[in-house]
This record gives sequence, structure tokens and C-alpha cells, in this order.
Amino acid sequence: MAEKVKREYEELHIGDATYNTILTDKYKNRKPYSHPKNGEIFSFIPGTIEDIFIKEGQKVEKGEVLLILEAMKMKNRIVAPISGKVLEIRVKKGDLVPNKHLIVVIK
Amino acid sequence: MKSAASGGGDKAIEKQVAMGKMTARERIIALLDEDSFQEYDLFVEHAAKDFNMDKKYLAGDGVITGTGTINGYAICIYAQDFTVAGGSLGYMHARKIVKIMDHALKLKVPLIGINDSGGARIQEGVNSLAGYGEIFYRNTLASGVIPQISVILGPCAGGAVYSPALTDYVFVVDKISKMFITGPEVIKSVLGEEISMEDLGGAKVHAATTGNAHFYAESEQECFTQIKTLFSYIPWNNKQKAKGYPVKQPKSRTYRVGSIMPSDAKEPYDVRDIIKALSDNSEFFEIQGMFAQNITIGFARINGETVGVVANQPLYLAGVLDVDSSDKAARFIRYCDAFNIPLLTLVDLPGYLPGIDQEHAGVIRHGAKLLYAYSEATVPKITVILRKAYGGGYIAMCSNHLRADFVFAWPTAEIAVMGPEGAANIIFRKEIKEAADPDKVRAEKVEEYKQKFANPYVAAAYGYIDAVIEPKETRKFIVHSLEISKNKDIQNPYKKHGIPPF
Repeated sequence: MAEKVKREYEELHIGDATYNTILTDKYKNRKPYSHPKNGEIFSFIPGTIEDIFIKEGQKVEKGEVLLILEAMKMKNRIVAPISGKVLEIRVKKGDLVPNKHLIVVIK
Repeated sequence: MKSAASGGGDKAIEKQVAMGKMTARERIIALLDEDSFQEYDLFVEHAAKDFNMDKKYLAGDGVITGTGTINGYAICIYAQDFTVAGGSLGYMHARKIVKIMDHALKLKVPLIGINDSGGARIQEGVNSLAGYGEIFYRNTLASGVIPQISVILGPCAGGAVYSPALTDYVFVVDKISKMFITGPEVIKSVLGEEISMEDLGGAKVHAATTGNAHFYAESEQECFTQIKTLFSYIPWNNKQKAKGYPVKQPKSRTYRVGSIMPSDAKEPYDVRDIIKALSDNSEFFEIQGMFAQNITIGFARINGETVGVVANQPLYLAGVLDVDSSDKAARFIRYCDAFNIPLLTLVDLPGYLPGIDQEHAGVIRHGAKLLYAYSEATVPKITVILRKAYGGGYIAMCSNHLRADFVFAWPTAEIAVMGPEGAANIIFRKEIKEAADPDKVRAEKVEEYKQKFANPYVAAAYGYIDAVIEPKETRKFIVHSLEISKNKDIQNPYKKHGIPPF
């Protein structure tokens, strides 16, 4: 017989069948899916909020520049993905924000 | 002569040893056959003039280049010397490397690069970048012509790390190898994210997570042994076949091929045991063993001849195909095709891994690479279907339709569009829904489907399987197939090159 190794198996469901197998760390640590909400704007890179052009309650058009996020030596424009009213502005000028941080909510 | 050969001087050498690393010269002597190393360009001096560089003497400009033999094979080698200006790459340093790369390409011998460098020599400015560019160009030109391997025995950061990425195989050593594009300090200052060098780009990270490294060793000596083993399996250029060895039988007392597979189709087993039950002396040289473990690739000898083995590994993730495993297998298939190594494929997979993260990561695009690689390969292709082969997975794993030369199936093979459970649920959906006892009817229908389709005979009836064989006959069939495909000669349609889904 080949080397007998004692192993702990877990279950994996594929195509309506359940298999006993070892789940890799990469599989177990995969990011769960979260449905994106159209009006939520997240930072795409850590950086500093350099300038905010809008106020809470203000109406914005799709494509309008909302604020400037300074990162990687560039003044990155954060742009409105939809038209609507600014519900919340979660940052103020000079704030250091991490990656994927919620900065503005539009409805 | 003495000062040129002593690298950066005693103090620098002490520091290198204190870090647990061998010096460049020691590495070459340890790796190559005894007394076989011939050095070139020992007296090359750097060409920098700015920043008081003209007052500094850098022995060999930080790199040792030359030719030698490994197990009697002629090879070209360069080893960066960390004791000389941190092994940084300057204009003449790059010139030396480029010269030995040109030699290797001209003479059609393998190229080994030992990387141990702080990166570009900033004092030499754009000349360092020019040096890297010339190296990458030659890595690309030589790709598929001569075997190129990179041994990362120190830091390899920034632009420099693209040279190993372009070579065929990357060897890393625990706690010594470091590979990343931007280091922890830059990441901290620009992005504010903290991580240690080892966690960012250490040997384990590349062997297990990124897939950049193909071989992982705990010590430099172990790494050199791995390199020598690799060279025993591969040819020295793309016009040769790998060296044949005297035939040895597999260790049938430890690996009896018929007894490895469990009788329950949902239970896993280690496919490497099956490979060792078929290979000469039960030896299997696994590649990327810690990455994408749901597929197993590596070299083995059958009947004295090197074969490249690609096998689904039911031990991990039920042996499914996904983004990483498709990448891993596809590149290996192309390597074997480039260097005249026949391919042996062992199939046992329930399909592709379902999941939003897989879909969004592009499993479509990456899975297509596997189909492309198998279809394009013109080396002899032998497939053995061990157990499950459902749907797209059946096609992708070197089926008859991708022009496998020989497709065999064990009696335990289940070749179907999908598993019995899934198929019965769809085909008999109405019956199950309208039944008084749906679960009972479902179980009956699953059994009915299993009897009818979960076997190799339906596919065999159409000639998609060449033969249904007993497990204990497998080696005999593979040996015979390899024998008669020695002169296989087919041509793909003329093209400059295809456009695989990179």
C-alpha cells in the first residue's frame, strides 16, 4: 500500500454531489461577495483628502468631480458614478484615508 | 588576480555568511561539477564616473560569469555577488550577464542565473535600466530554445525580478529568497500598509501563494540538489530529447496501483501515489508542489524516458480546475511541448470550482489556457481517465478531441456531462416534482443515471476512449504508447504564433 497518512477531510459541494477533500487556505480565505450599492463611493487607494467640492444635501450630476484624493503623487479625482443628492460625506479636508474606505454616499 | 577573485573583501563576506548565505563563488563551486567552472570577464571593471564611483574598485563589477558542467551537461552560469556593492546591477555588470546569455543562446546550452542583488545601481542611473532591459529581451528570445532557470538566493526586487519571471523555473530558499516589485518601505511610505519582507515576498509566499516559484528548499544545498535533479529530466536545448536512463520497475511493494483508489467515489486519494506506482523506481519530481495543489505537475521517467505528468489531485479541493491550477498546468504543458517531453495526463475531476470569486477572477480566461496548451502541443499525449471526468473538465484534460494520441480509461471511469446527482435533478425534474415521495424518486433516478452513464463504455462506444484497461495494465499500455510514438510528427497550421488567452 502507498504511505498511509492520517488526514482530516472537509466537505466540498460540486454539481449536487459532496466530496471529502482537503480545502486549501486560499479557498478558505477567499473574500465573500458583497453586493455593491451604486451610490456608495469608496477610496481605491490609501491617500489624503486634499479638496472637497461638494456639501451634504447638494445635487450632483453623473461624472461630476466630488473631491480630490492625493495618492501616488497624483491628484486623483473622485467622480460621481450616478446623479443624485449627496447624503453623507464621511471625510473632511486633510483626512488620511485607507484603501476601500467609504468616503461619500449619493442617493 | 587575488583581489578580483575575493569579491567585496573579508568584511563583506563575513556579513554574507552571517545572513546564512553562501558567497557567489562558493555557490558556483557547490552547484557545478568539480573543477568544471571556467570563469570569464573576471577583470571587467565598472564604467560609472559620477558620484565618486571612479575612485571605487568593484571586483568583477559584482557578478561572476562563466561556463561549466552539471552532471556532465555543459551549462552557462552567472552568479551575482552580494558582497560587491550589494550585488547591484550597473552597466558592465549587465554587459557580463548579457554576454554569457548570448553564449548560452548561441551554443544552445542551458542558462542558470543565481540572483542575489540589491537592484539597480542608482549611481549609474539609466544605464542600470538599460542593462535590465537587455537581459529581459534575451530571456524572452531564449525562452523555449534553451532551459533557463533562476535561483533566488537573496533579494531580487524592483525591475530585476522580471528576469526570473521570464525564465522557465524559479528556485527559492526559505528565509533567503525575497522577491517583490515594490518593497515594504515603499509600500509603507506611499500606502501606509505595513508588512515584513518575508511576508511580502519571502520564499514560502512565492512557493505557495503567488506561484512565482517552482521549487522550494530549506537550505542552499538542498536547492542545488534540486537543480541537479531537474537537469537529469530535461534536455539541454529544444532540438534534443532528454537523456534516457536504464529502465527500472516501480516499487510495486509500496505502490500497488490497483489498491490506491478508494471504492467510494466521493473519497479522495493522493494521485502522486498512482504516479509513483507507474513511474520508474517510483520516482516523481514534483513542480510547484505548494501552489494550486488541486492539480499535480512534475517529471517522471517511464521506461527510461522522461515524461511530463499532469494529474488532477482529488486530495485537495476534490481535484477541481480553477484559475491557479489552469495557469500552473498550462505553462507546464507548453514547457514540455517546447522541449520534446511527452505528456501523461491522469484525469479525475468533478469539474470547475464554482464561486463568485472564481468567476470574477476570470476562470473562463484562465481555464481556456489549459485547452489552448493541450491543443497546441504536438508531443505524444497519453491520457488515462482514472475516475470522474465531467463536462468541461473531461474536455480540458487532454481528451481525444484535443488530439490526445492515446486515451485509456479504468473501469472506475465516469465520463459524463455532469455527475449523476446533478444530471438526474435536471433530466427528471418533472418526475421528481410530481412524485409522491420526491426524495425516493430522486434517489432512484440518480441510480438509474449512474448505471447508464457513469462509466467509460458510453464514451468508448463512440471511440472517444481507445481502450478500457485494468489498473494493473496501465504501465504496460503507457510503455507501449511511448514506444510507438517515438517518431510522432505532426504540424500545426502555419502561423507566426497563436493568441492564447494570456
